[in-house]
Amino acid sequence: MLKDITLGQYYHTESLLHRMDPRVKLLGIVAIIIGIFAGNNLIGGLITGSFVMILIAMSRVPLRFMLKGMKAIVIFLIITVIFNLFLTPGTVIWSFMRFKITMEGVRLAIQMAFRLIFLILASGLLTLTTTPNNLTDGLESLLGGLKKFRVPVHEVAMMMSIALRFIPILMDETDKIMKAQMARGADFESGGILKRAKSMVPLLVPLFISAFRRANDLAMAMEARCYRGGVGRTKMKPLIYKKRDYISLCVLALYLTACILAGIYW
Amino acid sequence: MSLIKTDKLSFDYKKYDENGNIESVKRALKDIDFTVEQGDFVTILGSNGSGKSTLAKHLNAIFMPAEGTVMVDGLDTRDAANTWEVRKRAGMVFQNPDNQIIGQVVEEDVGFGPENIGIPTSEIWERVEESLRVVGMYEFRKHSPNKLSGGQKQRVSIAGIIAMHPKCIILDEPTAMLDPNGRKDVIRAARALNEVENVTVILITHYMEEVIYSNKVIVMDAGEIRMTGTPKEIFSRADELKELRLDVPQITLLALNLKKNGVDLPDGILTIDELVTELKKLKGWN
Repeated sequence: MLKDITLGQYYHTESLLHRMDPRVKLLGIVAIIIGIFAGNNLIGGLITGSFVMILIAMSRVPLRFMLKGMKAIVIFLIITVIFNLFLTPGTVIWSFMRFKITMEGVRLAIQMAFRLIFLILASGLLTLTTTPNNLTDGLESLLGGLKKFRVPVHEVAMMMSIALRFIPILMDETDKIMKAQMARGADFESGGILKRAKSMVPLLVPLFISAFRRANDLAMAMEARCYRGGVGRTKMKPLIYKKRDYISLCVLALYLTACILAGIYW
Repeated sequence: MSLIKTDKLSFDYKKYDENGNIESVKRALKDIDFTVEQGDFVTILGSNGSGKSTLAKHLNAIFMPAEGTVMVDGLDTRDAANTWEVRKRAGMVFQNPDNQIIGQVVEEDVGFGPENIGIPTSEIWERVEESLRVVGMYEFRKHSPNKLSGGQKQRVSIAGIIAMHPKCIILDEPTAMLDPNGRKDVIRAARALNEVENVTVILITHYMEEVIYSNKVIVMDAGEIRMTGTPKEIFSRADELKELRLDVPQITLLALNLKKNGVDLPDGILTIDELVTELKKLKGWN
């Protein structure tokens, strides 16, 4: 049952977006977030909307994978829309008992829904087209400047990639411990939420102990292979900007200027 | 000069109480003297708690001796300045394959060691390819380690060490968690390494079948070296081994029992082929 959880929803196709440098893609997300908020009107919305749609088409990832990511936020989206719709003061256009919908409310609700949907679509696009490894590499390189302020960028990136590597292993282990305890009569399935949560405790203790043991082993193995932090380390797969990445950066800059201009002049 | 030389090596496991005072001391190694020459295939045998893993961890500066010295390629492991040089020369593969693979792709894991010692990118790729070929895992280079069998994972770990071009590779019970097929593959990789690449191999194990390929066997018990010799010499002393809670390989046992019952066989028969040849000789069947 635990095996169903897939981590990182990478979907492989041979598209330009997949081959693009992860740093460019990360910057792209930042640009889209700024774009969504800066181009805060119809024209800005159209620009961002079509930009993200073109990217989705370019990625060649089937649309249903995109929409899968949306499922998680549907409830959140509905709540946001309802709150904005009913609770915004302004010119009333429809009312029923104590509930009233205002002109401003409609506008705000549409705006919020639009922002949320495109934020999720854009970040979904990032994780669908970039392997988790590539993503941590990109983050490490982008945030590299923070090293000057003693932010342990390399260490954090290393932790992230180790965590990613160990999640399936710990999942397996949880499964094993669960089965072992079920074989001895443990009951994980019946009872209310509280009872079920309580029945997880005997699962967590052995899981934590084993995780610590693994961490200890791994640290020793890493030291045995001369790991001593990021200093003096070379890269097997260094990130190098290629021509397509420079072009993509230019496109991003264009998009961002368009959004900002749209926000100012319309 | 010997590649590895220990002199009166002793080590204690200390147990601390809550206030950080030493509660008890357990001597895990007592006056260990042994040498390994370049190109050797040394097996260290011993039952659980005999100190063989503790000894192994001294050979690449994970543990420091409490008394005595460990010299690896002329470097004293106690000197902190030597630590990384020692680890570069003596690589170590551990028991649990899951807990020593760092990369999420096989080739990235093999590249981890060379990255750490600052090898240029293009050379890392050469080394990764070469070491994956030595252990026969090249076609799996793009796979996720999670999808490999235990034996395959362990061979990836070995490749990860080879890629650092060590003079010596220490295998600390690499087969303890594997099935018989995985075990065979790992031992085959270790032998190839020793015979083809001329890398010194130190194999720690309690499987007797894995001992027969080595040219030197060290038997440990209770933190001391009890026997040293070639596999033939060691296995001729089956009774002593039994005292140390160790078994001889089945074939050797069979030969020894045959001999006890009057069949005229030489000492220390290790493989089926050897026994067959000897028996044929007796019958005059060549």
